[in-house]
Amino acid sequence: MAKQMPELEEYKYGFRDEHKAIFQSGKGLTPEIVRTISEMKGEPEWMLKFRLKSLEQFGKMPLPRWGGNLDELDFDDIQYYVKPSEKQGKTWEEVPEEIKATFDKLGIPEAEQKFLAGVSAQYESEVVYHNMQEDLEKQGVIFMDTDSALREHPELFKEYFGTVVPPADNKFAALNSAVWSGGSFIYVPKGVKCEIPLQAYFRINSENMGQFERTLIIADEGSFVHYVEGCTAPIYSTNSLHSAVVEIIVKKDARVRYTTIQNWAPNIYNLVTKRAVAEENATMEWVDGNIGSKLTMKYPAVVLKGRGAKGMVLSIAVAGKGQHQDAGAKMLHLAPETTSTIVSKSISKHGGKVTYRGIASFGRNAEGAKANVKCDTLILDNQSTSDTIPYNEVMNDNITLEHEATVSKVSEDQLFYLMSRGLSEAEATQMIVMGFIEPFTKELPMEYAVEMNRLIKFEMEGSIG
Amino acid sequence: MSSMFEIRGLKSAIEGKEILKGFDLKIGAGEVHAIMGPNGTGKSTLASSIMGHPKYEVTEGEVLLEGENVLEMDVDERARAGLFLAMQYPSEITGVTNADFLRSAINARRGEGNEISLIKFVRLMEGKMKELEMNPEFMHRYLNEGFSGGEKKRNEILQMMMLEPKLVILDEIDSGLDIDALKIVAAGVNAMRSAERSFLIITHYQRLLNYIKPDYVHVMMQGRIVKSGGPELAERLEAEGYDWVKEELGIVDETVGQA
Repeated sequence: MAKQMPELEEYKYGFRDEHKAIFQSGKGLTPEIVRTISEMKGEPEWMLKFRLKSLEQFGKMPLPRWGGNLDELDFDDIQYYVKPSEKQGKTWEEVPEEIKATFDKLGIPEAEQKFLAGVSAQYESEVVYHNMQEDLEKQGVIFMDTDSALREHPELFKEYFGTVVPPADNKFAALNSAVWSGGSFIYVPKGVKCEIPLQAYFRINSENMGQFERTLIIADEGSFVHYVEGCTAPIYSTNSLHSAVVEIIVKKDARVRYTTIQNWAPNIYNLVTKRAVAEENATMEWVDGNIGSKLTMKYPAVVLKGRGAKGMVLSIAVAGKGQHQDAGAKMLHLAPETTSTIVSKSISKHGGKVTYRGIASFGRNAEGAKANVKCDTLILDNQSTSDTIPYNEVMNDNITLEHEATVSKVSEDQLFYLMSRGLSEAEATQMIVMGFIEPFTKELPMEYAVEMNRLIKFEMEGSIG
Repeated sequence: MSSMFEIRGLKSAIEGKEILKGFDLKIGAGEVHAIMGPNGTGKSTLASSIMGHPKYEVTEGEVLLEGENVLEMDVDERARAGLFLAMQYPSEITGVTNADFLRSAINARRGEGNEISLIKFVRLMEGKMKELEMNPEFMHRYLNEGFSGGEKKRNEILQMMMLEPKLVILDEIDSGLDIDALKIVAAGVNAMRSAERSFLIITHYQRLLNYIKPDYVHVMMQGRIVKSGGPELAERLEAEGYDWVKEELGIVDETVGQA
């Protein structure tokens, strides 16, 4: 199988192992395939119906005519379900050797360190490894893959699933709803505060295989959880699709932080719907890093539904050659005294394109609500571009909306200054870029901050000369 | 015997306008040279051209550090060869702490596999900051961001002390400093004086030279040195200004490249 390597930058995570899947659905999407997926998973009737209805919806909906270019995306050329191994490993020892080898390359054993609460890693479409610290379980925290949650916690699951992002929300949400597989399910009971982040590591590994994970997080009243997910994918010669749906319910006085770093190979379409509902005095924080992919369209949203709810999106996007990051945030203020902050940092280089697209919306009841939006772009060369497209909808007079946008280039004087102390041009550029995204990096758990810096360093190494 | 540092016939232009018009200077090991002159005579152009700022185009001449022509090197290579320029207007770099920056700069000199240990680095930096009476929090502040003029100058001297260059150029290091800060900065420089290290001090005022005693003083006008002498020359300039020099040499307009 011919691998097409990018011309300028080698994709670091472009290795691939010979792991054989037990079941592959074959290319294309039909009701039969959806039925097979549901049957193989042993799902209840309501989920099969949900899937089939979503598939119908998917067929009816047009592709979005805004955002990035989707012309080369061929839905018939994608494999919708791949089951990697017969059963899910409960302990590290039970995980197949080849999969372990992949995790080794990703540095997963480090993530195994004692300070990690649990690692639930998605390998192709099934979670193969899942481990949870005992005290979390004792506190009643549920952290498992979404398929298992459907089997083991059917009532809880049915109550919330599809309530934040309904299938008809957009074409890709409909697609995900029809063929979803894997993802994380988290329930944190009232008043429980998870001190250690819960982590999952995602990875796409079969050519032309879509990854349609579905994540559902419910933080009950007064609880706290930080969920961390990182993604890398190997290089393949044809386009791959990643289309996830993340739904989060943050109840009264609860707080959820969701941290993602996605480092996709340059041929991946990354089209993700992420939305949270924040009830009274609840806090939702999205920390979202997007590196690579052919096209990313992702706008983490917070529906600020209860009085005093708070939303935050802190994001970075890096676009290189042939890449388009169309990313942003949505803040929907539906209740009084709700507040939101959006900080978006974008970097374009080598002809890459970054677009900030965001909505700050204030409904009639958003008395005294406040939103602050800050978009900064750093452009590394003359071939690269950036756009800022903010939408504001204001239905209430008594609100505060602040918007600030900057576009800068790496300045000659800054480079000269750093180089005059002995740093090479590449090191100096890297340092300026790292400094630019520091507000993002400093919010990451330490091991992710290190990984992030490594990724950026790697991304920047083809940028000079 | 060859000089430790030598500038031969240096011509340099900015946006097509020639500013340095054949600049010559020899500096021996351990010597301190001061370059004085009114505004607009090419002093800062000299500093930036030696270090290699991309805005300045060197059209002729050589700059030799221990016999090697640094003009053939990239800016970072000049730095690693032992040149250091304390700048008049240091850049601000957001998100990069002073400590991270300095450690990278030190490691860039030491090379891969020979990096300074974190503990050793922190001790070194803390020690030097104490000498300069800098608040320890400056270690973790972003590079020059929000620093006052005086704090930036002290930070330049801190970098010089940490990087231990062979030839130090101080470009108007005294501007914006009150007398206490000036004394501290001068003490920092004096502590670095040694038989192996040379200094080129660019200044408007003689005041700085009360605290850093130069071996030689040069007056710059019209993009070149027009008069040289010992420390007594600086004192006379302080007392009488530059007009007598202009009269003596028949110079009407001492500036260069002004619109």
